[in-house]
Amino acid sequence: MRVALSWLREFVDLPESADELREILDDLGLVVEAIERVGEPLEEVVVARVDEIRSIPGADRIRLVVVDAGNGPLEIVCGATNFDVGDHVPLARVGAVLPGDVVIARRQMRGVTSNGMLCSSRELGLSDEHEGLMLLQGVENRLGEPLHEVLGIASDVIFDISIEGNRPDAWSVVGVARDLATRLNRTLRPARLATIQSSLPTATVAAAGIDDPHLCGRLTVSVVRGVSVGPSPAWVAQRLESAGLRPISNVVDASNLVMLELGQPTHPYDASRVAGRTLRARRARPDEQLVTLDGVTRQLARAGRGLGDTGVDCVIVDGEDTVLGLAGIMGGASSEITADTTEILLEAAYFDPMTIARSSKRHGLRTEASVRFERGVDPELAPRAVARIVSILSESCPNLEWLADPLDVRGIVPAPPTVELRGGDIERILGASLDRDEVTRLLEGLGFSVTAGSTSLFVIAPSARLDVRHGAAGRADVVEEIARLHGYRRLARRSPSWAEPGALSERTRLRRRVRDVAVDLGLYEVWTPTLVSDEEFDLVARGEQRVRVTNPLASGESTLRATLLTGVVRAWARNVERGLGDVVVGEIGTVFTHPATRGGRTTRGGVAGATTLTLPGEHERLTVVLGRPEDDATTAVAWWSVLAERLGLTDIVVRSRDDLEGGVHATRGAQLVDRETGAVLGQVGEVEVDLVTAVAPGMRERRLGLLDVDLDAVADSLRVRRRDTVAVVPSRFPSALLDLALVTPQSVHVQDLAAALRTSSPLVESVQVFDVFRSVSLPVGTRSVAYTIRLGSSDHTLSDEEIRAARESLLASAVSMGATLR
Amino acid sequence: MTTTPPFDDLAARARELLALIEATDSLDELRQSESALVGKRSPLAAWQKSLGSLDAAQRAAAGARLQEVRRQVETALAERRDVLERQAREERAAQDRLDLGDVVVRSVRTPLRAGHPGLVAVTQRELEDVFVAMGFTVAEGPEVETDWYNFEALNIPPAHPARGMWDTFYVGLGEPETVVLRTHTSPTQVHLMEDAVAHGTLPIHAVAPGRCYRRDTPDSRHLAVFHQIEGLVVDRDVTFADMAGVIETFTRAYFGPDITSRLRPAYFPFTEPSAEFEITCTICRGAGCRTCSSTGWIELGGCGMVDPAVFEAVGIDVERWQGFAFGFGIDRCAQMRFGIADMRALVENDVRFLEQFS
Repeated sequence: MRVALSWLREFVDLPESADELREILDDLGLVVEAIERVGEPLEEVVVARVDEIRSIPGADRIRLVVVDAGNGPLEIVCGATNFDVGDHVPLARVGAVLPGDVVIARRQMRGVTSNGMLCSSRELGLSDEHEGLMLLQGVENRLGEPLHEVLGIASDVIFDISIEGNRPDAWSVVGVARDLATRLNRTLRPARLATIQSSLPTATVAAAGIDDPHLCGRLTVSVVRGVSVGPSPAWVAQRLESAGLRPISNVVDASNLVMLELGQPTHPYDASRVAGRTLRARRARPDEQLVTLDGVTRQLARAGRGLGDTGVDCVIVDGEDTVLGLAGIMGGASSEITADTTEILLEAAYFDPMTIARSSKRHGLRTEASVRFERGVDPELAPRAVARIVSILSESCPNLEWLADPLDVRGIVPAPPTVELRGGDIERILGASLDRDEVTRLLEGLGFSVTAGSTSLFVIAPSARLDVRHGAAGRADVVEEIARLHGYRRLARRSPSWAEPGALSERTRLRRRVRDVAVDLGLYEVWTPTLVSDEEFDLVARGEQRVRVTNPLASGESTLRATLLTGVVRAWARNVERGLGDVVVGEIGTVFTHPATRGGRTTRGGVAGATTLTLPGEHERLTVVLGRPEDDATTAVAWWSVLAERLGLTDIVVRSRDDLEGGVHATRGAQLVDRETGAVLGQVGEVEVDLVTAVAPGMRERRLGLLDVDLDAVADSLRVRRRDTVAVVPSRFPSALLDLALVTPQSVHVQDLAAALRTSSPLVESVQVFDVFRSVSLPVGTRSVAYTIRLGSSDHTLSDEEIRAARESLLASAVSMGATLR
Repeated sequence: MTTTPPFDDLAARARELLALIEATDSLDELRQSESALVGKRSPLAAWQKSLGSLDAAQRAAAGARLQEVRRQVETALAERRDVLERQAREERAAQDRLDLGDVVVRSVRTPLRAGHPGLVAVTQRELEDVFVAMGFTVAEGPEVETDWYNFEALNIPPAHPARGMWDTFYVGLGEPETVVLRTHTSPTQVHLMEDAVAHGTLPIHAVAPGRCYRRDTPDSRHLAVFHQIEGLVVDRDVTFADMAGVIETFTRAYFGPDITSRLRPAYFPFTEPSAEFEITCTICRGAGCRTCSSTGWIELGGCGMVDPAVFEAVGIDVERWQGFAFGFGIDRCAQMRFGIADMRALVENDVRFLEQFS
C-alpha cells in the first residue's frame, strides 16, 4: 500500500524524517518495502517562452528553438514539435539534474549549440506524459521562475508499506496513522466529515434490504442529489496518484479516496439506472450471470475447485431483482456512473470475508474492494465513510444534497470479543512483564476498550479488529498488539534449557554415514529435479501409474519422479559435455510411488482433517552413477561392499538377475539381497545403454557403473541384519589358514557357498573369497572359486587332526552344494 | 488384356523378394541386399523403368501395383532390420554378461579420489548440529501432504486469503486441490504434535529440515523447489523471550559472533504473536549495502508463539502447554554463507561448483 507522508500528517503530527519513520513503521510490523520521494524541487528547471523556431540545415528531426527565460534569448535544440512561438514550456538549464540523474550540459548538434533542454512532463518526473513538451498555461509573467514554485508542487515522501493479512484495520492511511500515533503517544486527528443538510428522509425515495444475513452483515444506502460529474479537485487527484490510482471523476475519486483513507470500499450507482432505487444483497442463484465492469460475463453460483467451495456468490440486485454487481468485488456496467449522472445511490456495506474470498478466487477477480472485504472491513465504518465521501464531493458539487436518515440494514456481524488478560498472562506469553498502565495506554490507542478487574484486564476489541478472536487465541492476538506497539526489540531475550537431550534421528545418522562413505569413495553429490516430464518418467518406470501435479509450472515438470537415476545420469552427462565427466555423481533423495500401486501412506485429509486419504509412498534412495573411465559393474559392487561394511550389514548377497527394472543393464545387474530376510536393499550393476542414449543423445557408448540403494530398507531392522552388538574378542591362540579352490556350478552363488562353508564346522572363524576364474579346462557350466578359510578356537591351538577334520567338513558341505575340490 | 513381364506375375516376383529378405540373417548381409533389392540396380528400379513401355491405361494400374510391392519390400526390410538388431543387441548383452556374484571385491581396482557433498547437505548438517547442541532433536516429514497438514491444522482454513502467501502445487489425487506438495516445512509441526499427543510424549523440542515446493518461477533468489528448516518447541512455560533467545543463539553459532538477530512484527496464521527475524547483513556486516538495501539487516525467516488454534487442532491443552516455532531457508543460509549470487547454481550440478564444498 502506497501512503504519502503528507496524508499521514493530516492525522498525526510527524516531524520525523522519512528514514526515521521507516524505522518506526518497520518496527510496528508495517514493513516499508520502498520509499519514493516525489515533487523534489528540480534545480535549474524554469519557465521559458518560445520566441522563435528555426530549422537546422541537414536535420529533419530536430529544430533550433530560441527561448527567453527572463534573461535574454537562449538557443536550444529540441526534437518535439507540439508547440508554437509564444508558448510557455519548462526549460532545464545547463547544470540541471533531471530524474534518473540526467545531467543537462551544453551540447553541440549539427553545428549548433544547445544551451539546455526543453522538457516533457515525463522527463521532469511529473507524469507519464511524453507526447511532446509540457505546455504551461497562465505563466506569462513568471519567466525564469522555478517550475515547482510555479506549479505549486509540494515535495512528498511515499512509503510503500506491506500490510500483513491480519491487519485489515491498517489497510488505510488512518490505520497507519493510528499505529504511529499510539507508538509515539500523539493525538490521532479525525477526518473531516459532512453532516446531513436535507430534511427529506432517504426511505421516501430509496429502499435497501438484506436477503441473506450471513453473506451481508450490513448494508447502508445513501442518496446524494445535485451531483455534477466532472474532474476532482487537484488535491484529490494528487492523493489518488500518490497512492497509484488514476483519477476518473469526482464521484469515483471520492469513493476511492475514502477507501484509501479510511479503509471502507463503497460503491456509487447512478440512481436513475437502478430500478426502484432499491439495493438488496442476496445470494446469487444458479444460472444467473453478470457482465462486470471489466466487460467479462460471469457465471454465478457455480461450485469452485477449492476445498468446500460450494459456489456461494453474494450479489447486489435492484428493485426488479436484476443483478447489478458482484457484492464487494466488482459492479456491473448497467448502473455505472456516467457524465450525465446527477443523483447517486451510495452503497457502503460489510460483507462476509470468507464469501468474498471464495468468490474472488473463483472468478479470478481481485480488486481493491475485494482484497479489503476478504480480510474484513470494519462493520461500523460505513456511515463515517459515506459522510467523508459527501464532504469531499461537496467541494466539486456546490448543490449537493445528502438525504436524511440513510438506509441502514443489518445482517449478521461478528460480535467484538471480550478478551480477559489474567494477571501474569502477558508475562507467561512474552517472558517479560509490562507496566499495566502502559498496556492500557497502548490498547486504548488502538481503539480497544480496557476495563481493569482485580487482577485481570478485560479488553474489548474495536469493531475494526476483526482479526481478534475469542478465548485463548484472542489472548494471543491482544498480547501481540501489546508487544508490537511496545516494540519487539525492547522485549527480553532468554536462553532456554530443558532436561531432554538433543539428538539426530536414526535416519539422519544413517543418511550422514551413507553420504560420508560415498563422498570418501569419490561421490559428487547432486540435486536433481523432483518434478520430471512424462517421457523421463517412462524411461525407467514405464507403465507405472504416475503421481501428477495438476498445475505444473512447465509441462516438462508435471510428474513426481519414481527414480533418481535419470536425473543423476543427466547431471553426469551435462558435466561430460563440459569436459568434466571423469567423476562419480549421485544423489540421496526421495522418490514417489502412486498410492494405488505400492507403499502408499495413509494420513488425515479432507475438511477439518476428518477423513482418511492414501497419499503417494515416499522412499529415500541413494543412486550413484560411476562415470570414471574404468568404472563398470565391478566398481559398483566394490562400492557397495565398502558401504555395506560401513553400515554394519553382515550378509547381503549380490544376486545377478536378468529381469531387473529401473534402468539396469540387462546382463550386468544384480540385486542386493539380505540372505536371511530375503529383503531387497537395492541394485547394483551398470546403467542400461538405452537409458543413457535417451537421456544424453549422441553420448559415446561407455560403461556406467550403477549403485542404487533403498535407504528405507537399509534402515529397517526387520528387513536387514546388522552386525551383532556384542563384540567378540579374537582368540589368543594361533589360527590356521586353509585355501580351498572349488569347482563350483555357475548356479551356486559364491556367497551362498561361503555361507555354507562358514557353518560347516564350529572351528571356522571366517571365509573369504580370493579368486574366481573360468576356464575351458573346467567342466561346462562351472567356475573355480577359491576361498581362504581361517580356523581357530578360543581356548587352544588346533591340532593337525582337528584341522584335517574341519577340512573334511568343509569339503563335505561344498559337495552338498555341488562343488568339488579342484 | 496382356501386359509385358514382369507385370503379369508381379505378385510372384514380390514373394521372391520378401523370401530373400526373410532369409537374411545378419545385419551386414541385410545392408548388402538392401541396394540389390530397392537400389538403382534392383529389379524394382528396372520394373519402374519398364513402366514407360506400357500404354497409359495399363501404366496407371501397373504403377500402383508396383508402388504396393515397393512398400511391402521396404516394410519387410525395416522389420527384418529390427529383428536382426535386436538379436545383435541380445548377443552382445549375452557376451557382455557378468555374474556380479563372482566379483572378487579385493581385486577390483579403483582410483582413489575424494568426492564432494552437495551444498544443501553440507548446510543442513551444520544447521542440524547447531540445533542438536542446543537440545533439539531432528525430525522429518513427508513432501506430499493433505490440505489438513499443509494448511488447515495450521489455522489456514480453505479459501483463507492467507493461502495467497504460498503458491501451491496441487497433486492430482483425491478431490481437486486437496493434496499438495508441501509449501513449507510447517506441516511437520502438526505431525510432531499429533504424534506427541497420541503417544503422550510432550514436550517437543525439535527441528525438521526438508524439501518444499512453491509454484514460483525460479530466479536468482528463489527456486521452485527449496529447503527449509523448521523449529518447534512445545513445553510448559516457554515464552517469546525464549524464542528470541534461541534465534539469537542460533544466529551467533551459525553465522559467527559478530552477526546478531532482531525481530519485527509479522503475520503467520499458525503463530501469534508472530515475528519476522532479521540478521545482521552478512555481506556488509551491518554497514549497509545493496544486498540489504542499506538497512544493515536481512530477512532470514519467520517465527512466533504457536497459535492456540493450532494447539486446538492437534488436541493440545493451551492452559497447560505453550510453544514457539520458527522456520527459514536452508538454501538461503547457504547462499548468504557462501555469497552465492545466483541460487540456480545449486541445481546446475556442475562439478566445479561442487568441488568447493566438503
